[in-house]
Amino acid sequence: MIDFIQMIVSGVATGSTYALMGLAMVIIYKTSEVPNFAQGEMALVTSYFAMMLLTTMNMSVYLAFFLSFVFAAILGAFLEFAVLRRAKEPNVLGMIVITIGIEMIILGFVSWKFGAEQKTMPFPIGPYDGFIIYDIYISKLDVLTLVSALFFMIVLFLFFKFSKLGLAMKATQQNSVAAQIVGIRTNRIMMMTWGISSLVGATAGLLISPTIMHPFMMWDPMLKGFAAAVMGGMTSLPGAVIAAYMLGIIENLFGGYISIEFKTVVAFVIIVLVLCIKPSGLFARHYIKKV
Amino acid sequence: MESSFFQVDNLSISFGGIKALQDVSFTMDRGEIFSVIGPNGAGKTTLFNCISGLYKPNHGDIRFQGKKVDNEKPDIIAKMGIARTFQNIELFSNMNTMENIMLGRHIHMQTGLFHGMTMWGRSSFAAKDEIQHRKKVEEIIDFLELQNVRDKFVGALPYGTQKLIELGRALALEPTLLLLDEPCAGMNSEEKQDMIFWIKDIQDDLGITILLIEHDMKMVMDISSRVLAINFGKPVTLGIPQEVQQNEEVLKAYIGEGD
Repeated sequence: MIDFIQMIVSGVATGSTYALMGLAMVIIYKTSEVPNFAQGEMALVTSYFAMMLLTTMNMSVYLAFFLSFVFAAILGAFLEFAVLRRAKEPNVLGMIVITIGIEMIILGFVSWKFGAEQKTMPFPIGPYDGFIIYDIYISKLDVLTLVSALFFMIVLFLFFKFSKLGLAMKATQQNSVAAQIVGIRTNRIMMMTWGISSLVGATAGLLISPTIMHPFMMWDPMLKGFAAAVMGGMTSLPGAVIAAYMLGIIENLFGGYISIEFKTVVAFVIIVLVLCIKPSGLFARHYIKKV
Repeated sequence: MESSFFQVDNLSISFGGIKALQDVSFTMDRGEIFSVIGPNGAGKTTLFNCISGLYKPNHGDIRFQGKKVDNEKPDIIAKMGIARTFQNIELFSNMNTMENIMLGRHIHMQTGLFHGMTMWGRSSFAAKDEIQHRKKVEEIIDFLELQNVRDKFVGALPYGTQKLIELGRALALEPTLLLLDEPCAGMNSEEKQDMIFWIKDIQDDLGITILLIEHDMKMVMDISSRVLAINFGKPVTLGIPQEVQQNEEVLKAYIGEGD
């Protein structure tokens, strides 16, 4: 029984990372209908930026993290402004290829500039700090990740539901011509979307870094986050988060009871099943665009 | 010349080899209803798209209250006070009527991110702003008699109702100039009558100048003070409705040549 609960707890912990990545991807998809495959690497370069501030410039963790968040937001906005907006006659497929290109460029840049060897980021909460409740081990870093994921989910949900900017973002996604006609600066909206999304994704990167850092560290969280976003219906913030936790827990249980080798594969098997049964995702309010 | 309310000068635009508009010129006075007529594909909607900034004209210019409109972005033009509706409805189909019209208030809303975050209680800045704009939206909903679809998703509503919601959204911008692209298309005669009354009300009560595209000749003749007829992107004639109705070329364009 203890094993079972322990696996669920660890599942929630990994699920939190997926949730953050999933949220980040949903935000961009919500306004532009483009799944951003550079999401993981944008978080990666932000994590290495934080590492640089901490080690070579000896900044305090708070200042370094604050600057990293600023860096992440600017990076997201910059990529939208400098790369995606320049695409001539963009279509969704072209945009996806552009994000994959950005991803590879950043990956190469990080390996070249910061080295490909494994490291850990100095952080006040170490990867092995934790506490034990009723024989169940809970890592403090995992708690922090969980809290951040829930925090972002709630804030973003309120933001999209109630703020003027959130409504403008929804409008831009649903009909960008009409959005412009009512006076919304759709370009500006896209830039902000990328900034916010990059910031959310970077949180995941920054919270993985104290455990392990290497250029491929965001691969798995990004793909799983994307999987969760697809399962949640691609436009639903709570959907992505719930799906992320489901994936995290199922994956851990599968690894514990059935096969540790196929642990990472199980997430994708689940997606295939979900997409066969309910193609619009588990939590999507589906609507059909009239042509 | 400087004093005209709205002025289009030698406007031309082409797409590849097709000259969609050639040397279209006209001026509008404040408060009038000005109609543009012409057969399908004559370039009426292209003219609207140039005015609202969706297309960039190749030649000529458009001036609104003395300011140049061409080459501005659509959102800037909306802020200058030009609102429009579309022939093929362009609504936010996954939102309800209220939200759609509320988006028309976008340019008037003052609440930024900071005020939005500090929205506590009814006396906060954001709440006051929100209440004021919602009041305006409710006025529009009452005016267009949309109360029964207020909280419904617009994607599933009947065509005529969607046209009205689009009109409501355009009115929410509180424009000085309103561009209506076939507001009566696809409506039955009763709905058409209502629409004609509303357009008159918008002109008389709200003092909004209207530029109208319409196929229904009777309606055009009833409400417009002047009419511009275009065909194949070229202006055919411009004048008061009776003159235009009698014009040989207009008749030819609509009915076809006799031989």
